[in-house]
Amino acid sequence: MTTYPVLQVEHLTMHYTTRKGTVKAVENVSFALDKGEALGLVGESGCGKTSVALTLLRLLPENARFLGGHAYFFRDGTDEAHARRSVGKLVKVFSDGQEHQGRLLELDKSALVLDVHTNGRTQHLRLGRDQIARLGVDLTALSDEEMRPIRWRGISMIFQAAMNSLNPVYKVGDQIIEAMQTHMPISIPEARERVAQLFQLVGLDRQLMDRYPHEYSGGMKQRAVIAMALACDPDIIIADEPTTALDVIVQDKILREMRQIQKKLNMSMIYISHDIAVIAEVADKVGVMYAGGLVEFGPAEAIFKSPVHPYTKALMSAFPSIKGEKVKLAALPGEPPDLIKPPSGCRFHPRCPYATEICEREVPQFVEHKPKQYAACWNPLSSLR
Amino acid sequence: MMAIQTQTKTETLVRVERLRKLYPVTAGVFARARSFIHAVDDVSFEINHGEIFGLIGESGCGKTTTGKLLVRLIDPTSGHIYLRVAQDPSTDSQGEQFVDIATLEGRTLKAFRRNAQMIFQDPYESLNPRMTIFDIVSEPLGIHGIGTVYEREERVAELLSLVGLTPPESFLFRYPHELSGGQRQRVAIARAMILNPSFIVADEPTSMLDVSIRTGVMNLMLDLREEFGISYLYITHDLAVARYMCDRIAVMYLGKIVELGHTEEVIQNPLHPYTRALISAVPIPDPTVERQPIEIKGGVSKPIDPAPRCRFYERCPIATDRCAREDHPPLEDKGNGHLVACYEI
Repeated sequence: MTTYPVLQVEHLTMHYTTRKGTVKAVENVSFALDKGEALGLVGESGCGKTSVALTLLRLLPENARFLGGHAYFFRDGTDEAHARRSVGKLVKVFSDGQEHQGRLLELDKSALVLDVHTNGRTQHLRLGRDQIARLGVDLTALSDEEMRPIRWRGISMIFQAAMNSLNPVYKVGDQIIEAMQTHMPISIPEARERVAQLFQLVGLDRQLMDRYPHEYSGGMKQRAVIAMALACDPDIIIADEPTTALDVIVQDKILREMRQIQKKLNMSMIYISHDIAVIAEVADKVGVMYAGGLVEFGPAEAIFKSPVHPYTKALMSAFPSIKGEKVKLAALPGEPPDLIKPPSGCRFHPRCPYATEICEREVPQFVEHKPKQYAACWNPLSSLR
Repeated sequence: MMAIQTQTKTETLVRVERLRKLYPVTAGVFARARSFIHAVDDVSFEINHGEIFGLIGESGCGKTTTGKLLVRLIDPTSGHIYLRVAQDPSTDSQGEQFVDIATLEGRTLKAFRRNAQMIFQDPYESLNPRMTIFDIVSEPLGIHGIGTVYEREERVAELLSLVGLTPPESFLFRYPHELSGGQRQRVAIARAMILNPSFIVADEPTSMLDVSIRTGVMNLMLDLREEFGISYLYITHDLAVARYMCDRIAVMYLGKIVELGHTEEVIQNPLHPYTRALISAVPIPDPTVERQPIEIKGGVSKPIDPAPRCRFYERCPIATDRCAREDHPPLEDKGNGHLVACYEI
């Protein structure tokens, strides 16, 4: 089965300006997400996981500075609204198994015209609309106005501690209906019916939609927030530590439900967590972040079985498990760096047991070390290169 | 690390007997309490010399309340907490003996605090931001009038290097906001250690810390136990952490201990249906493992005036009529020190 991308992130870089200096929060991050796939983004606090999500959704605070990179958000070529908002923007097109990249100049009923740069020359490329499988638009180029229809319907997000973000003076169901009506044309009875279905999907009794948040437990609130994120039937759902504040039994139930829903609706998901065990449970692919950069990316099983980057390995061996032999855990020396003055070269080198002289001097490229397993490391633990 | 665990020094240091703590639920400032939250309800256990005893459970199960009772930060409603001390602070009689710290007051209570200290969960809140690290760590010495300023400084420096804050001189006169979370928790450990206590209550000491920092703090606490033979009551919700740290664990549910035994035995061979569900819900850091969850109904409620039956009855998958009819089952030894409170096991 051919898999289609829903999101391709390339060289994303974003810094925050603070009084103490520039925080280099996201540095050259690239990854891809396919339809129906769950990507686990794992790393310690302050490593830039949430900042990546906020950059994608363009929900950054005022002191953030976007410095470059692209984030292509794909939809089917037949999606008229998506094609129309892509005009004049940088796009990526999958057509007859080929990939084209360029500025979308013109769009008519039967064809679109791309302005493509190849070998220093610019040429116009005309592609028939019916040949186009996927059309991706660079989210970083969209205006706020153009971004609005993508939030919730294209990409929705469950924020960290989102269960505390429910408004205490409105009924939970009404809050979800309000969010739906803002983003799509739907009547109130239709919306109520949809909320009832969503509640069933996330394991809540439909009667609860006419209750207030204080009548909910923590786990129930989290379920309601998940229902809200699903309300507009998004292509991608970004879940930022959705179960962190919950007890283990509730966490387990919600993890299972999210996984089931994601599979059932064939939705794509980016699951952000600091807990590598949780990531192992939900993710098909794993991205490991350290100090603002993606240090390793690849299929979950491969990464857990044979990590390439020393930080990935350190992260895994720092976690105790209730299974297997009990071993003394190896603590990493030092602490994560201050992102105002990150270490030169590889940002992990001061803590890395394998660091050599080049690690201090030059930033390693993010390249494929094993099939589909990418890492940024000068001294990979295992590599076919 | 392993050497201590296999050591057969089973001298009891702390003996908790039928400990209870009820909190009144009032409707208003002047209203009389009509009902009570049974935060800790008839709990008994023992902690041996040099042992790390884990208290496991979900939020609201009473584990932190138990910890605070054991260092008398709060007063028990009833029950006894016996601590073995070298000298009885109330009678000044010499020789090792058990003192019931549940009844201590005033001067004797203060003297007892030299034996038992506590480390709190959140190092961002447990350290006074307006005090220097030296002031924070040496404060217990001041309270108990130990040493001159010069001696105190030396002792603080000694402890800072012990907990891995080196060189100590560079930390002495800094403030908590200049330190990272891991360093702050090390300061909190140094403060707890400075009076040479025999017993420390550690309330989720690593749950606020990042993974790569957490391991260092856990290993430090294990090293301190090995070096000084300190006993810990280690409170955590994380079973994987409990397995790493603790020799024996007790699982709490709504104020009751439902299972108690050697850590490995309880985790690999859980008997109580609640422990089984809890363990089956722990995610495994291996994507090839498929866990089989044990379904239990509903969520944790609050133990407000609980009905006289098993606390787990409503959610239990194996409950029978007897569980509803009779009072909460007593902890019974199922062999090899593995205690379970269940009629059906």
